Amino acid sequence: MSSTDTAAYALRLGDDALVLAQRLCAWVTRAPTIEEDLALSNIALDLIGHARTLLAHSGALDGTGRTEDQLAYLRTEREFRNALLLELPNGDFAVTLARQLAYSLYARLLYGELAASADEVLAGFAVRAAKEVEYHAMHATGWTVRLARGTAESRRRMRAGLETVWPYTGELFEEDALTRRLAAAGTGVNPAGIRESWEKAVTAVLADAELAVPAPSWQASGGREGLHTEAFGALVAELQSVHRQFPGGTW
Amino acid sequence: MDDEGVVRLDAEYDEARLSAHFEALLAAGERIEPRDWMPEGYRRMLLRQIAQHAHSEIIGMQPEGAWLTRAPTLHRKAVLLAKVQDEAGHGLYLYAAAETLGVSRAELLDALHSGHQRYAATFNHPALTWADAGAIAWLTDGAAVVNQVPLCQTSYGPYARAMRRVCQEEAFHVRQGYDMLHALCQGTPQQKEMAQDAVNRWWLPAVALMFGPPDTVAGGADARTAAMGAAVTRRSMAWGIKRHTNDELRQRFVDQVVPQAERLGLTLPDPGIRWNEERGHYDFGPIDWRVFRDSLGDGSLVARQRLAHRVAAHEDGAWVREAVDAHAAGGGDWREAA
Ligand SMILES: [Fe+2]
Ligand SMILES: [Fe+2]
Repeated sequence: MSSTDTAAYALRLGDDALVLAQRLCAWVTRAPTIEEDLALSNIALDLIGHARTLLAHSGALDGTGRTEDQLAYLRTEREFRNALLLELPNGDFAVTLARQLAYSLYARLLYGELAASADEVLAGFAVRAAKEVEYHAMHATGWTVRLARGTAESRRRMRAGLETVWPYTGELFEEDALTRRLAAAGTGVNPAGIRESWEKAVTAVLADAELAVPAPSWQASGGREGLHTEAFGALVAELQSVHRQFPGGTW
Repeated sequence: MDDEGVVRLDAEYDEARLSAHFEALLAAGERIEPRDWMPEGYRRMLLRQIAQHAHSEIIGMQPEGAWLTRAPTLHRKAVLLAKVQDEAGHGLYLYAAAETLGVSRAELLDALHSGHQRYAATFNHPALTWADAGAIAWLTDGAAVVNQVPLCQTSYGPYARAMRRVCQEEAFHVRQGYDMLHALCQGTPQQKEMAQDAVNRWWLPAVALMFGPPDTVAGGADARTAAMGAAVTRRSMAWGIKRHTNDELRQRFVDQVVPQAERLGLTLPDPGIRWNEERGHYDFGPIDWRVFRDSLGDGSLVARQRLAHRVAAHEDGAWVREAVDAHAAGGGDWREAA
């Protein structure tokens, strides 16, 4: 198992967490209730914590010695490796919650398996993160059901939210040469291997919501190679603007 | 005597007895609880103050919250997220305290949105750079702590208890704000300049508006303004809501902040600040209240933006709250769409 492989893998997971946290930050002060301002900022805070551990680990292993901040703030759009799902614009509360549902159920399974990683840092991280995403999954599950079985409007919006994000969920489970090497070495999780469990989990929640699982007519892909959506450039520019304003600054 | 007269006399007798009991509780330094009888004026003054305080926590999330997506390190992003989250929590504690006085949170939010209730005008000042997030936490949260420490002993039980939880977190915010500015002051000359600029702009909003209007002539106000402020303060102190005059707390804040600014290597934008050996306090320049009020008043550009932001969040979320209510009621409203 090469350490650059582990670094590349940690970077993918770290970018997923970082980019989703960045999106959730934009909800704070705009949520439907003050309780949700609290809940969404709390989830964002957990995700920032995940990103920090994962990016720091990646920088330590990739031979460049870059810090978490150098990776977060000094890469270009094309160097980010998050799945496209996480960078989608927030949309309304239902779109955001549909994404939370898809991602948190995925992350729960992923970190559950990653806890057995041969890489000690990843394993230790996953044990802690699995507990946190458990809460994120509860939050998303509760809202999916409440919105689906609330009013006619909330049901329509929840269904539309699921339809918006669903074409982006397949990318989470894509295998490639990297994930195959990592899975073979017992360092990383084969994403295709958790797809069925994820579908089961999603189907159970949507059954409770009395909604059908969307059947996407197409599947987005490209984030793991740094091919992002057009909206991503603006996200990165906003994320990095202050940091890049004062090169060599201290924060 | 007719029956009505007897009832009226009984009511007056009861009121006098209840009032004596209320005064006795205050005199003994005991807390007034929601179940206790209280004069209508006391209830109104408290409600006004707690509501304004709650609204300030919520509106106060905006200037800093706007920098969450741009925080320059992941550590600072996490710290700022935690802080803004704390402020939301403070809003919730305080709305809960206000609700014990018989007004619902929904009604209080409506009063905020319609402009019937106010929030600290300090937050009608714009947060223009990243350093503003540090200056806000250091100066406005610093001023809040000075205000709030005595409120932990305020006469109304639910308010005092809410303030005790709030105070611990606020003290932490102040340290973080100081630390943010400290880092900038150790950085490049432009970073230090950014910190100084933010402090220049947030000093007056903090020192003037976080403590309320002047209520002594020492506060630099003319005699008439001071007398008006003093009347309100006297009433509030007699009821044990406040423990100190606005000007006394303002002085305490100045005394705290001046040495901290010196340690940071930053100046405060008031040439009148100097140590007064005789008084044992820092002197500071008089505040031109009228000009200052106008610039940050309800009609100012930022005030309009703060309220519009808040109202938009509330209106955009209406369908979510309706869904929650419908779901909790267990009805089948949603089936119509299926
Ligand atoms: Fe607060
Ligand atoms: Fe605070």
